[in-house]
This record gives sequence, structure tokens and C-alpha cells, in this order.
Amino acid sequence: MAALVGDLCSALAPDRVRTSSTELALYQRDASILVGEAAVICFPLTTAEVAAAVRISRAHGRPVVPRGSGTGLAGGAVPTGPVAPVVIVTTKMDRILSVDPDARVAWVQPGVLNLDLSRAVAGHGLHFAPDPSSQQSCTVGGNVANNSGGPHCLLHGVTTAHVLALEVVLPDGTVVELGGLDPEPAGYDLRGAFVGSEGTMGIATRIAVRLTPLPPAVTTLLADFTSIEAAAQTVSGVIAAGIVPAALEMMDAEITAAVEAYVHAGFPTDAAAVLLVEVDGLAAGVAAAAEAITGIARAEGARTVRVATDAAERALLWKGRKSAFGAIARIKPNYYLHDTVVPRSQLVPVLTAVYQIADRYQLRMGNVFHAGDGNLHPLILFDKREPGVMDRVLAAGKEIIETCVAAGGMLSGEHGIGLEKRDFMGLVFSAEDLEAQRWLRLAFDPEEACNPWKVLPAGARCGDLQSLPPGAWI
Amino acid sequence: MTVVGHTDVAALEEFAALVGTEGPVCVAGGRTQWEAGGRPEVGTRELSAPAGVVSHQPEEMIVRVRAGTTVAHLDAVLAEGGQMVPLDPADPARATIGGVLAVGHSGLRRLRYGPVRDAVLEVRFVSAAGELVKAGGPVVKNVTGYDLCRLLVGSLGTLGLLAEVVLRCTPLPSASRWLRSTEPGAADPFDVLRRLYRPSSVLWDGTHVWVLLEGHPADVDAQAATALGVAFAEVSGPPDPPPGAVRLSLPPGQLRARPTAGGRWLAQVGVGTVDAEGPAATWPPTLAPGVAELHRQLKARFDPDGRLNPGRRMTRP
Repeated sequence: MAALVGDLCSALAPDRVRTSSTELALYQRDASILVGEAAVICFPLTTAEVAAAVRISRAHGRPVVPRGSGTGLAGGAVPTGPVAPVVIVTTKMDRILSVDPDARVAWVQPGVLNLDLSRAVAGHGLHFAPDPSSQQSCTVGGNVANNSGGPHCLLHGVTTAHVLALEVVLPDGTVVELGGLDPEPAGYDLRGAFVGSEGTMGIATRIAVRLTPLPPAVTTLLADFTSIEAAAQTVSGVIAAGIVPAALEMMDAEITAAVEAYVHAGFPTDAAAVLLVEVDGLAAGVAAAAEAITGIARAEGARTVRVATDAAERALLWKGRKSAFGAIARIKPNYYLHDTVVPRSQLVPVLTAVYQIADRYQLRMGNVFHAGDGNLHPLILFDKREPGVMDRVLAAGKEIIETCVAAGGMLSGEHGIGLEKRDFMGLVFSAEDLEAQRWLRLAFDPEEACNPWKVLPAGARCGDLQSLPPGAWI
Repeated sequence: MTVVGHTDVAALEEFAALVGTEGPVCVAGGRTQWEAGGRPEVGTRELSAPAGVVSHQPEEMIVRVRAGTTVAHLDAVLAEGGQMVPLDPADPARATIGGVLAVGHSGLRRLRYGPVRDAVLEVRFVSAAGELVKAGGPVVKNVTGYDLCRLLVGSLGTLGLLAEVVLRCTPLPSASRWLRSTEPGAADPFDVLRRLYRPSSVLWDGTHVWVLLEGHPADVDAQAATALGVAFAEVSGPPDPPPGAVRLSLPPGQLRARPTAGGRWLAQVGVGTVDAEGPAATWPPTLAPGVAELHRQLKARFDPDGRLNPGRRMTRP
């Protein structure tokens, strides 16, 4: 252990190789409820330092766990493995390396924050389209690892649609470039295979992202309903009418009330559900879509449809939506945020079932989610000091996942599988399906030394209740 | 109507049984891009993938379709529901979904709708071991497991043989207009691209610029009238690419330097693909050593005996 730390200090710098108990404790978890154990935390500044940290860790028999800001909700950055891993944190690699506004491409280091990138290119009339709710604190490298989404991915696509090329340090320390700035790079789409691999196939050290023009016209609407069903029917109605909004978000009564108390944006606190809908594009198309959506919402029984009249009001409505997870801290100290995706036509029955599950386990729950693409985020609120509550939270979570899968859904829309859901993979994939996924992982990481024990289930325990590997706990 | 999430696995199992577990095997679609990566070796057993649209649910904006279905048939089925998957191959009556995805070349409207790989939500393929394998799922947003869908798009059938896919649909635009610059050499395609918001296509052959505008009729008219900068006139459609053209892939900024010296060419401005006359680019390409090693590792795991499309190559050996 001392030799490992010594070698890392020589390759990086002593102040960027950390082993204090405080720091080890800090980096043993991410934003999920899971906890692991780290041996060393290091903060490289360059590709060469990342490669050196990987090689040194491997030479000392340690796995590596890549990490950005640690905002992940599925335990993807929780350090686990046969021995405590070296955590390689990319947050100090935070430079935007180049911006080509003509080609609409930027090269960035992985630690650049998502929102910082959009702010930096706004002067060119461009932005980085994926916008997770954590965009003020999550890194572009983390977005690549998780193939992150966000409200505006409904129209503009998730992270993989916005990544052109990657420089990657492979699990053996080799540096490769995947993808390319040209549209049809030669060979297999290794870029596509890498995005969303949750840190199990290497560490991205430079990322070429596609920048998207800011739309010339934007309209944001807030519709409120006296029933969840009416709001969900409006979602289905909008999609069925051939309208693809830029974003189509739903918040239920619990969330709306919490958000209003937090940001004072004028959300109706007596509504059963509100829809936040944004349409963007050219003026006539936006106006026509906004009118059609208003009509559909009213036909489904919306009490009011408020149209944000200026950029400030629009920003306030979005602030409400994006601070939902901060707002609910006023209700209970802990939350467990789920992330499943179902066919949009199944929103009403699935939501009904999800509320029944929470009731049955006597848990408080809110729902704030990307309704337009069927991406549910049931949010269980609890106080973990309450005896026995974790068992109920986990049992309810398992039922929620099973309900979504039974409705034709999948385990995760945007948060990833990580440690949290790997043992549920058998609910949606056969042994052959999982074996093929393992071939891909092993082609990049034959020793399973990069973020071990994530994504794929360990064995035949599929569907067990959070059967965590040794060394990890809740 | 079948629910999109479900499929008739029996028909796919039949295809898997035909692939079997031994001997070199490949799948032929419409043979519109049969030379891609080189022809399969002599003696390779040639199969057809199952065909047909299994289900299209317009309210989900997704379609489940078998790999052997022609693009023209899929287009017709989707149009009944007011939707499309803009694959746009050169010969949609012959080109099959499986062939378009296996080669992975995007169509004329990539500028607006993105590359073909982004349309694929689920794949069911037959592995080299003759087993039916699923990746992805029938939902529009999904990070459940590794992205084998993108790995297979453009893999020329060398890692698995496509049997069925779920594709993301998009609404048919209410208006669609092709325009062509009237004066030879007068239009700067890069200036045209900069002036327009999300045009569906900007094509350039070094002399003329073609633009496809799609969307709300008033927006299409307004962009056509005011945003183009120089004189354009409506035309019935895009020009034909040069006969026998080869596909080049360039960073879009490099198109400014004009992509080829000799023969005729047609470039997608803002995208970087060029269909050009003349000698093919060196194929298969040479990859950087680390990337080539990843290709070998993948092939060794997905197809250890090298029975899938032997002779077709992604890279130099």
C-alpha cells in the first residue's frame, strides 16, 4: 500500500494523491444510497497522468474506479472490487480545449461541468444539448460514462448523440482515440460502445462534443391538472398528435408543493399534477405546437395553461423543475430516486401501481419525471434513522422496477445500472443476452479491473433484493 | 395490433436455426451495397433475414421491423401512421433494413435527423453460436446495459446477424421543399448552412447547392424566402449521386477545400459524407494499433471461429 501511494505520488504529485480517512470516506460513495471502500484517491491533470495512475494501480494489483463529480444515482462510482480500488477523479481536468463554432464541435477534458460548457459556447449561439438535472455539478466525462439524459433529450437526443470522438485510457493504460470528427469513422462504432459503459471500459480523457444551435424560438407552458391521469393522458395525446416537444416534464402534487415552497415560481400547490412543456424551433412551428398542446391539455381537463412570457419566467419554471431534489429535503432527510422507463402509453397504469406500492409500504413518495419519453423517477422520501425503513424502501423499489418491466419497460432510462440495478438485469435480459454484453466489456477490459462488479450481474442471483458484493453496503 | 414490446420469437428462432452453429455464413439483403468491406468468401452459405413489419404504434413513435424488410415497405407502413424513419437509402425498393444498418451509412437527411445508428432502440441478432440475442429495448430512452445496438450498426455482419430491430420514428413533416441555387457557383454552401435553422439537408457538388427544408409550411416558406442569401429555385428532389460513387467520410470543415480533385462528387454539407467518382479510398482502412487490437478482441469474442461474413473486413489484418 505504501509502495502504491509512493508510485502514484511520483507519477502525479503528492498533493493530488489522497489517503486521509476523511477523503477516503468522502469518495466511498456517490449520490446513491450505496457505500464502498477506496484505497487511494488520485486527481490527475493530464492524459499521461491518468494512464500512469491506471498502470501503477494495475501493477500493484488494484482495480481502478473512474469518477467525475460523483452525482451518479446508481452507485456507478462507488468503489468496489476484489480489493479496495484506486479512485481516479477527473474533476481537475476541467479545461475546454478548443471550440470550433463553424464546425459546431468542442474538445473538452472530462472534468468540465455540463453547464459550464453550455455557458462557454452560448456566445456562439450554441449549447451542449444533454441537460441532466445535476448539470450545474455533473461533468461531461460522467455524462459520457452514463450516457446521461435530461429534460431536453426528448427532442435533441441523449449524450451519445452528442459525442463525436473520445480519447480513452484503456484498463491496461493504453491510450486510444475512438470515433472521429468525420461522420462515418472506419471500423466498429467503439465510440458508441464506450458511451454509457459506466467506467467499466476505460477512462475518457478528451471528449469531442457536438454543439447544438440555440433555437430561434422557444415557448414554455405550465399546465395544471386535478388528476395524474389527466396529465398523463395529455402526454400521450401530445405524442400521438405527432408533436415532439423539446421537453415534456411532469411533477406530482408532492413535488409541486415542495418546489413552490422552495423557489416561489407560482406553481399551483393544489394541483394533482403539473406538466412543464417546452417547444422550440422556428416561430411558426413553435406557435402551432404550443397552440395544439394547449388544446390537448384543456381537452384533458387542465385547469390553467400558463405560457411563460419571457426568458426570466421560463428560467424560473425550469429552476423549479431542476431543484426538485433539493426541495424535497425539506420533507425528509433521505431520498431514493428511481429511474425506469416505460412505453408512454403505459404511464397511467404504471403510475397508479407505483403509488399503490408506496402506500402499501407506508412510504412517502413523489414523482418528478421526463413524461415525454416515459422515463419515470419515483422518489421515495424517508428518514433512515427510522428503524426498519430501509427494508421497506428497498422492497418497494424492487416492486416498482418489476412493475415497470411487466409493463414493457426497462430498468434505467438515464441513470445507469451501476451497482444498484446489476442484479435486476436478468429481469430484462436472458443469459445469452448478458453473455454478449460481457464479450464487449471483456474486449476492453479482459481482467475486469476497471470499475469491477458494475453493470453486469455476478452470477445466478438475478432479481435478488440488492445482493451487494462484499465490501459494499447501504 | 401486437404490442411493440412483444415479438414472435418463434420466427426469429427459425432464422437462428438456419444460421446454426457451424460453417461460414452471411445474410444477403437487397445487395445494394454488397461490396461493402469486400464480398464474403466463396463457399459462404447465404441466408435471407426474416421480413415484415411486426408492429407500429404511432403513439409510441417506435416500430418493430424484421431485418429482411425493404425500406420502401417500412416507409409505406409508417406513412399510414403519419411517421417515418428517415433512412433514405439510394434504392429503397431493394435495400433492406438489415442491410442499411449492417453497412451503417446514413441517408440524405442526416443533418437534421442524425445518423442511422441513433434510430436503433433494440436489436435482436443471431450470434456466431447460433443463439438469438437481444440488446437495448422497445423504449425511446434506455441505458439498461451495454450499447450493443451501436456496436452492431456498421459492423457488416461480422459480429452478429441482424434478425429484428426496434427503430425510433419521427412525424412526417407537414411541408417539405427541395431548392437549388440558380446561378452556378453563386451560393456558398457553408453560408447557406449557417443561415438556416436545422435544415434537413444541404448538398453541394462544387457548382450548385441543394437545400431540403422541412417543417411547418410557414417556417419552410419563410426560410426559403429570406434565409438563403442568394437565388434558389424549387426543384423536385435531390440530384443523383455520381454513378458507381464511393463513400468518403470527412470532418465537415474539410469540405471547404473541395473533397476531390478529379471526378464528380456530391457532398453533405454540415455532415461530411461525400459520394465521389473515382478510385475508392483505401479499403479496408488502417486503424491505430490500439484500436485495431480492440477490433481483434471483439471479433475473437463475438465470432471466435470467424464464421460470420468471412472475407468482409472492417480493418486491415
